[in-house]
Amino acid sequence: MSQRIAVVEKIMDANERLAATNLARLKAAGVVGLNFMASPGAGKTSLIEQTIRGLNGRYRLAVIDGDIATSIDADRAAAAGATAVQINTGGDCHLDAIMVQLALDQIDLNQNDILIIENVGNLICPANFQLGVHKNVLIASIPEGDDKPYKYPGIYRGVDALVINKTDLMPYIDFDMDYFRRGVEMLNPGLVTFPLSCRTGEGIPEWLDWITENVKRDA
Amino acid sequence: MHELSVTENVLAIAQRHAQQAEAKQVTAVYLVIGQLSSIIDDSVQFYWDIISADSLCAGAKLHFERIPAQLECQDCGQQYTLARELTNCPACESFSVKVLSGQEFYVSAIDIEGMNGTQINTD
Repeated sequence: MSQRIAVVEKIMDANERLAATNLARLKAAGVVGLNFMASPGAGKTSLIEQTIRGLNGRYRLAVIDGDIATSIDADRAAAAGATAVQINTGGDCHLDAIMVQLALDQIDLNQNDILIIENVGNLICPANFQLGVHKNVLIASIPEGDDKPYKYPGIYRGVDALVINKTDLMPYIDFDMDYFRRGVEMLNPGLVTFPLSCRTGEGIPEWLDWITENVKRDA
Repeated sequence: MHELSVTENVLAIAQRHAQQAEAKQVTAVYLVIGQLSSIIDDSVQFYWDIISADSLCAGAKLHFERIPAQLECQDCGQQYTLARELTNCPACESFSVKVLSGQEFYVSAIDIEGMNGTQINTD
């Protein structure tokens, strides 16, 4: 004799509630939070370095770096001029709201304007774990290939901005930009995109302008 | 996706609702999973059997209800169901499409025993 009880509760609800707490904390301190997601090697850390250098003097930046091991990325962010906290996930392939909450405890938010969270390099799992930021950003790169939106639809669907890095390699790689963009448009209509090269600096000013607009609006 | 953390969350949700209802045992858990929320049923069931072993949910059966991905073309209004991978509008070939369903990811219900005087054999 059993009885059925209606539940209707989202499976990721616990993480999402904690993420909402993180976002409230950032808002209270006037900090704009950005979550950078990408595959390994797409240029997350290079973009963070360019962003720190480009905004130095105007805004104070903090970086939370998620990696399975090492503090290489946090060291690079610190060298570029940001407050940096490293999270070693010890094997986990994504950050979640709890890890971010613990990292926030190590940052004086009132002394910062922008927080960049560098997620673990992975196009699958990070898409399912909200962290509690203002904007989720995906960094694609030309050498990854033009089929990535079709192969990893989840992460393309859930982001607020798309950086297309390593545009300087376009002449050397068969990357059909129209095909790539059609896939993006299907998953995330009207998504704002920033084709750029962290190596040459091309496209970086437009990217920095977008961040600045977000800071002015949300901070 | 993350089958172990997903399974842990499902267990936590089922346990909480079972305790609120003062259940002695959970016999089934119903999950609603959209086609666009990629999880592997067999892996969830595998983890479930292990992590639920000493809980109210021990032995509970997991039921997966799969919701197909339904899309709507924003140009011609055509509605279509995704077969496997993402495709543009079959009627007008537009890439401007909206997801109507297929992103579901929740626990819809549980079956419990042991409330309101229901006799449970604890031997």
